[in-house]
Amino acid sequence: MGAQIMFYILAAVIVIFSFLAVTSRKVMRATVYLLFVLLATAGLYFTIDYNFMAGVQLIVYAGGIVALIVFAVMLTERIGDKIESPSTMQMIMAALISVIGAGVTISVLLGHDFKQASQDVGQDVAKIGENLLNYGNGGYVLPFEVVSILLLASMIAAIVVAKRKFEN
Amino acid sequence: MYDFSKMTGAIHDWLSSIMPNLGVIITEWVIIGLLFLAFFALLGLVLVYAERRIAGFFQFRLGPNRVGPFGMFQTVADTVKLLLKELVGTDRADKFLYNLAPFFLIIAALMAMATIPYGLGLIAYDVNIGLFFMMAISSIGVIGILLAGWASNNKYSMIGALRSGAVIISYELSLGLSSVLAMVLLAGTLNMNEIVMSQQDGWWLFRGHIPAIIAFIVFIITGTAETNRVPFDLTEAESELGAGFHAEYSGIKFAFFFLAEFVNMFIISAIAVTVFLGGWLPIHIPYWEGFNNIMDYIPGPFWFMIKTSGVIFLLMWFRWTFPRLRIDQILTLEWKYLLPISLINLILMAFIVMMGWVF
Repeated sequence: MGAQIMFYILAAVIVIFSFLAVTSRKVMRATVYLLFVLLATAGLYFTIDYNFMAGVQLIVYAGGIVALIVFAVMLTERIGDKIESPSTMQMIMAALISVIGAGVTISVLLGHDFKQASQDVGQDVAKIGENLLNYGNGGYVLPFEVVSILLLASMIAAIVVAKRKFEN
Repeated sequence: MYDFSKMTGAIHDWLSSIMPNLGVIITEWVIIGLLFLAFFALLGLVLVYAERRIAGFFQFRLGPNRVGPFGMFQTVADTVKLLLKELVGTDRADKFLYNLAPFFLIIAALMAMATIPYGLGLIAYDVNIGLFFMMAISSIGVIGILLAGWASNNKYSMIGALRSGAVIISYELSLGLSSVLAMVLLAGTLNMNEIVMSQQDGWWLFRGHIPAIIAFIVFIITGTAETNRVPFDLTEAESELGAGFHAEYSGIKFAFFFLAEFVNMFIISAIAVTVFLGGWLPIHIPYWEGFNNIMDYIPGPFWFMIKTSGVIFLLMWFRWTFPRLRIDQILTLEWKYLLPISLINLILMAFIVMMGWVF
C-alpha cells in the first residue's frame, strides 16, 4: 500500500519533470528538472528494494552527470536568457515523432513476454560484485572489462585533449 | 550493552495497537523526521558555539561570553537574529533556482545523517549499502552550491561556486578510494552497523596496519576539503570573494548554508568514527578486564558523541592552524599526491587482506 502510493508519487514526478525538462525555455532550469527526474528514478529503485542500483543512480547520474551538465551549461553563452520558441512546424513534427516513439516503445514493452533471468543475483552487494567479476557461466566479466576499457580510453582522450601544447 | 531496537520496537508495537498499518508508517515517518530536524538544529547551535569558543582558545581570547553562562546562548540569539532578518535577493536572477539551491545542501546533509549508527539498534535507515548510500547522497550537495553560485547573478558567487565544484568533485575521488574502498575491503561489508560490529576486537585504524593509518590521514584531509573548511575554504575566501557562493543570501537562507556546512563537518566526523574508530563501541584495552567491564556500562550514543567530538575538534584545530591554499595548490595536492597515494594504498590494503595479515 505505502509502496504503491510512493510509486504513483514518484511516477508523477518523473512524468511532470520530464515534460518540464524538454519544454522549459531556460537551460539551467531544464537541467534542474532533469535532476529531479533522475532522483525520482533512484526513488523508484528504492521502492523495489534494489538499493545498490539506486545508489549507483544517485552517484553516477545525480551527483556526476548532472554536475557535469551544470558545468557544461555554464560554459555556454547567455544562459540566463530565454531560448526562443521553435517554429510551429518544428513543434508539430517533434510532437508527432515523440508520440510515434512512445507508441512503439509502449507497445513493445506491453507485448514482450518478460522472463526472469537464469541467474537471480538478488540485492546483496557482495553477490553483485562476485557476478561482475565472474568469468564462469553467466558471469559478467566481459562486459565489465569492455566498459572499463572504454572508460580508460575516454579518460586518456580527455587528458590528451586538455593537455597544454608546448611550443617548440 | 543496551539494545535500542527494544525501545523502538516497543514504540512500534504501541503505535500498531492504536492505529492501522498505514497510520503507523506515517506517524513513524513524522516522528523520525522531527527528531532528525531537532538534532540537526541542535547540532548547528552547539557546533557554531564550539567553533567560536575554540577559535577564541587558539587565539588567546575568550570568544562569546556575554549571553548566558560562558556565552552558551550566543548562538540561540544569533539564530533568532537570522530568523528575523530581511531576505534580500538579487535583481534579474533566476528566483526559482536561487530559492531552491539551499535545500539541496540541507536535504543531502539530512539524508546522510539517517544512515549513521548512533548506538546499538539506533539507526534510522539501516541499508545494506549504507556507506555507499552516504557517499552517493553527499554528492548531490555540490549541485546546490553550483546552482547557488550561478543563480545569485554575481561574479564573485560564480567564482566561488566553480572553485567549490572543482574541489568537491576532485576530492570525492580520494575520499571514496581511501575511506570507502580500502576500509570496506577490511570490513567486508558496506552496512554501517556491520562495519561497527566488525570492530569489536579493535578499531580498524589499529588493526589495519599502515594502510589503515594512511587511509585515515587521507580521509581527514579530503573530508576537510569536502566540507569547504580551512585550509580548503577558498570557495568563500572572505578577502577575495566576499563570501563566495552564498554572498547574495541573507537571513534564514544564509543560515541554511551555514548550518549545512557545520552538519557536513559532523557527518564527515561520524563517518571517520564509524569506519576507523569503532563507532559507538566503548573503548577497550586488552587484558584490562575490570576497566573494559566498566566501559561497557557507558551507553553507545555517549561513546559515539565523544569520539565524534574528538574528530570535530581535530577539524576545528586545522581551521585555526593552517593558512588557506590557492586553487592550483589544492588541485595539485589532490591529483598529484592524494589520489596516487590512495590508489597505491588500496592495492596495499587488498594485498594485506588477501594474505590475511589483519589481526
